[in-house]
Amino acid sequence: MMGLVLAPAMVASLATCLATVPLFAVNPFTEPVGVVHYLFVGAVLFTAGIACMTLKRNALGILMGIELVLNGANINFVAFASPYLRAEGAPTLGLDGQVVALFVILLAAAEAAVALAITLNFYNNHATVDVDRADDLKG
Amino acid sequence: MTGMFDMDFIDFMDISTLTHVVPPLATTLAALPALPIAGINWHSVLFLLFAGLACGFAIGVVAADNVVRMALYLVFSLGATAGLFFLAGAEFIGAMQLMIYVGGTLVLLVFGVMLTAQAPLVSIKPSSSDRTLTAVAGASLLSLLLTAAFSVGAWRGPGVGVVPAPSATPLGMALVGVRVDEPPAGTPVGGRVGYMLPFEIVSVHLLVVLVGAAYLARAKRRRTPRPIDALASAMPVEPVAAAATAAPTGRSAGGARSALVGGGR
Repeated sequence: MMGLVLAPAMVASLATCLATVPLFAVNPFTEPVGVVHYLFVGAVLFTAGIACMTLKRNALGILMGIELVLNGANINFVAFASPYLRAEGAPTLGLDGQVVALFVILLAAAEAAVALAITLNFYNNHATVDVDRADDLKG
Repeated sequence: MTGMFDMDFIDFMDISTLTHVVPPLATTLAALPALPIAGINWHSVLFLLFAGLACGFAIGVVAADNVVRMALYLVFSLGATAGLFFLAGAEFIGAMQLMIYVGGTLVLLVFGVMLTAQAPLVSIKPSSSDRTLTAVAGASLLSLLLTAAFSVGAWRGPGVGVVPAPSATPLGMALVGVRVDEPPAGTPVGGRVGYMLPFEIVSVHLLVVLVGAAYLARAKRRRTPRPIDALASAMPVEPVAAAATAAPTGRSAGGARSALVGGGR
C-alpha cells in the first residue's frame, strides 16, 4: 500500500527538517522562549485540527477539529503580538494581534453555536451524527 | 547531632551495604548545589509544560475514537493554550480563552455529545486507510508549516524578555475606538485606528448567530406524535394534513424534509 510506504518517508523528512533547526541544540530550560516556539505549538495544533476535520466521521469531532485550527491560529496571533517573545530588532504586531485573537475567539464561539445547532438538527432528522450518512443532496 | 550517628546502632547494620549506599548519596548531595537551579528560566520551563500539554492533548483529540474522550482532551488542550497566552503576556486573551472556550464552547460541545450519544455513535471508527492517509497528509502539512516557520530569521531569535504592561485597559480602550497603547516600532504616524466598527459588527453578529442557533436547534418534531397531531392528520381537510400522512410512508429523510418545510413557516 502506497500510504504505508510514504508514511516513514514523511516522518523521516519531518525529522530531518527538525534536525536542521538548532532548536534543541541548546538547553531548553535555560534558553529564553522566542516567537518560533509558539509557532511550533500553533503548527502542531493546526495540523491536529486539520487531521481531525478530515479523519473524524462524527460531526462533533469535526467541530472539535475546527476549534483546534482556530486555536492554532490564535497562538500565532498572540505570539506575534507579544513584546516578551519578540527577538532583538524584530517587528511585532503590538496590541492589534491581541484584538484579532479576541475576535477569533468570539467568532469561534458563534461558529460553534451555529454548527452545533445544525448538528442537532441533523441528528433529529437522521438519528445519526455520522457525516457519511448526510448524502441527501448527492446527485 | 553528629554524636547520634556515631552511636552503636550503625555498628549492627551491615557495613557492606552502607558503603554501597552512602557514598553515592554523599556525592549526590555534594553535587546538588552545583546544579544550575539559578540558571533555569522558569518562563521556559512553564512554556515547555504548557506546550507539551497543548500539543499532546491535541494529538490525543485526533487519536481518540470515543467522542467523550475527544471532548475531554480538547478541554485540556484549550486550557493549556490559555496558559501559553498568559505566558506570552496576553492575560486578557488568556482569561477570555478560559471563559469563552473552556467555559462556554466546550460546555456547548459536551452538551452536544450528551444529546447525541447513542451507543453506536459514541465511537465511529474511521477506516485504517483513512488513518494512514491522514497521517501522511498531516506529517507533510506539519513539515511544510515548520519549515516555513523556522525559515524566517526574525522569528527564530530568543525573545528579548521585555515584560509587557498589563494589556486589559489598552485592549478595552481599543475596542471602543481609542488607542492608548504604545505604538510598536515602525508604525506609520496616524496609521492606527481603533476597533469600534469591528466590535459592533461582532456584537451584532453574535446576537444574530445566537438567535439563529436557537431557531435551528429548537424542538420541531416529536418521535411519537402527540394525540392532537394524530387527530389533525386523521381529518383530511387541510393540505398540511395530507403532507403529514404522506411523510411516514417514506424513509426518515422524507419526514425530515416535511418537518423542515413545516418548520419554515
